[in-house]
Amino acid sequence: MVPGMNIESNETNVRRFWVFIEQEGGEVHPVSWELLGVARALVAQVQSEAEENGEEVVVEGVLLGDDVEHIAKLAFQYGADRVYLVDDPVFKNYRNCPYYKSIAQVAEKYQPEVFLIGATTLGRDLAGAVATALHTGLTADCTGLEMGEVKGSRRRLLLATRPAFGGNILATIICRKYRPQMSSVRPRVFPMPECNPDAAGEIIRESPAVQEENALACILDFIREKGADVDIEYADVIVAGGRGLGNPDGFALVQELAEELGGVVGASRPCVDLGWIDAAHQVGQTGKTVRPKLYIAAGISGALQHKVGMQNSDFIIAINNDANAPIFDVADVGIVGDLFEVIPAMLTAIRGRKEALANE
Amino acid sequence: MFHALVAIKQVPDTTNIRIDPDTGNLVREGVPAIMNPYDAHALAAAVELKRKLNGKVTVISMGPSSFNATLREAIELGADRGILLSDRKFAGADTLATSYVLAQAIKAIHEEEPVHMLFFGKQAIDGDTAQVGPGVAVRLDLPIVTYVSSIREVDLERQKAVFDRRTERWSEIIETSLPVLLTCEKEIAPVPFAPLPDLIRSLRYEPEFWSKSDGPATFDDAYVGSKGSPTIVYKMGTPPLPEAGEKINSREVGVDAAVKSALQQVEAAGVLAEILGGAV
Ligand SMILES: Cc1cc2nc3c(=O)[nH]c(=O)nc-3n(C[C@H](O)[C@H](O)[C@H](O)COP(=O)(O)OP(=O)(O)OC[C@H]3O[C@@H](n4cnc5c(N)ncnc54)[C@H](O)[C@@H]3O)c2cc1C
Ligand SMILES: Nc1ncnc2c1ncn2[C@@H]1O[C@H](COP(=O)(O)O)[C@@H](O)[C@H]1O
Repeated sequence: MVPGMNIESNETNVRRFWVFIEQEGGEVHPVSWELLGVARALVAQVQSEAEENGEEVVVEGVLLGDDVEHIAKLAFQYGADRVYLVDDPVFKNYRNCPYYKSIAQVAEKYQPEVFLIGATTLGRDLAGAVATALHTGLTADCTGLEMGEVKGSRRRLLLATRPAFGGNILATIICRKYRPQMSSVRPRVFPMPECNPDAAGEIIRESPAVQEENALACILDFIREKGADVDIEYADVIVAGGRGLGNPDGFALVQELAEELGGVVGASRPCVDLGWIDAAHQVGQTGKTVRPKLYIAAGISGALQHKVGMQNSDFIIAINNDANAPIFDVADVGIVGDLFEVIPAMLTAIRGRKEALANE
Repeated sequence: MFHALVAIKQVPDTTNIRIDPDTGNLVREGVPAIMNPYDAHALAAAVELKRKLNGKVTVISMGPSSFNATLREAIELGADRGILLSDRKFAGADTLATSYVLAQAIKAIHEEEPVHMLFFGKQAIDGDTAQVGPGVAVRLDLPIVTYVSSIREVDLERQKAVFDRRTERWSEIIETSLPVLLTCEKEIAPVPFAPLPDLIRSLRYEPEFWSKSDGPATFDDAYVGSKGSPTIVYKMGTPPLPEAGEKINSREVGVDAAVKSALQQVEAAGVLAEILGGAV
């Protein structure tokens, strides 16, 4: 017998859509809330099918940590109906073994149908381990998730879409025979759901699968990383520079505009590879996914690998002196011109606008 | 004797992947196959250690016989033994089935000659999944340290090792018992130029060939290849084309006018006031 949850033997009449609630030191990674929003949308897509079959559909969070019950309450506000809480000192700092074994134990007990995990460094370390322990399918870095009808399956299945070959192709992956259907999703790919401060739910306490002596690893110390305080993922305004800046000094101009707009500096990969700026600023497939209110791309050609990281921004301005640059395809407004003329003009215009606002 | 194992994948050099401008299809012809860059750095770290501790490095790879070229390259870079895991039944494996085949092979290798450290790349650049390393660690019930940026200490007597591990916000110094499985960042070690003796050896080297039924490892049909892969590609498509906005040519209308018009559109979208409101 192949291990894992074979669907035929495990279809219960409660369909559980799970989200891993990622926290470190009591601080929740916002991707957890984004995924609760996704899970709610998925649940809505199977609601009528479930009603016809007399089944219940729920969104549930899985939360591990040391003294983190207060986070469960937040999870209800972002859309969880219920939270499985494994609260124990063994989870004080994230470590692979105690985490994956405990999550696998809870999953085996409650048999979720879908399980979403943020594709953060922590989430990537965890997701592959959990999927292997449960012997099920995991699709990494999904950019689209939907419950769709698939021939031969009684229930709708999770259609997990992810870019392949550097974003040139979108592949939709399904996991027909095993449960849960697992996906990882990068932060900022999906929007933040509304927070409902009145929402409440049920906490179910579970025990850890591993005690300290079997944790397999011991963290001796933490060292702060250079660039760790740069948070481009959740910035409202990003002014990003590319190879068109010509040299590292070009970032001074980009920085000036970013500061004027209360934003942060982003960059394309070549600028990072050339050592013009720290990797923490990189936007794109191998950098960060962002969705600010305003994204200004200056001297960036708009390669697919860059676009996949920023095309969900609310408003995009592209500045490029090549009228055919592909960045213009995703821009809400494009300025064909020399960035060394356009950015100073923009600075002047914005300063003027601010003054006008201040005098109003 | 210190024994390190490195799992290596051959990948298309994605920096060379092109799209046919007429058909929009991927151009595969002429795209060179390379050793997954992260795996090359993992191998370099393993070879560094073997030189220091006077040990041995075994490399394994699952794939078609063309992967032998990559195994030979590993010998060139200082590996002592190369094993290709190849069988028609292994084809079409997703990460779960891949981790099964690698884990079964590692068990057999470990029985012949105990392995102290297992090196994997942080991720393979063709799929970027980063799932195979953690999968193998779970199957072998080993401690795993992901995103390793440097090896601080390996103590074979106490059977312990200490690593630096990179996360988004900090580096961790982490200690585990041996054997341990690592997934490696590029910083872990520079890829050296091949020394002449290794270069010469690699020219004549024939990697060992293990198939489903040939070789010391045992494989259960139900877990390998496409049959053992829970994930199925349901469909493929091209991403929808976004709707392009207005393009303003500053050379025609002048820079100031172009900027003004662009900012007006930001304002009309309701974004600018919100931002400037916060900024002033
Ligand atoms: C596997 C893989 C992953 C990758 N991941 C990423 C990623 O995460 N992020 C990323 O960004 N890239 C990534 N890339 C690289 C990507 O393919 C492109 O090479 C890169 O985005 C190009 O950067 P760029 O636009 O800054 O440089 P270029 O393509 O060189 O473009 C420079 C642009 O500046 C314009 N320009 C020059 N001078 C001026 C001026 N004075 N005023 C205005 N415009 C000017 C030019 O017209 C040109 O369009 C990846 C590639 C691969 C293969
Ligand atoms: N077919 C394979 N053969 C050997 N090692 C592999 C194979 N696939 C993946 N790996 C290893 O697993 C790592 C992560 O791969 P992935 O999970 O595909 O991103 C790689 O860097 C390799 O070290």
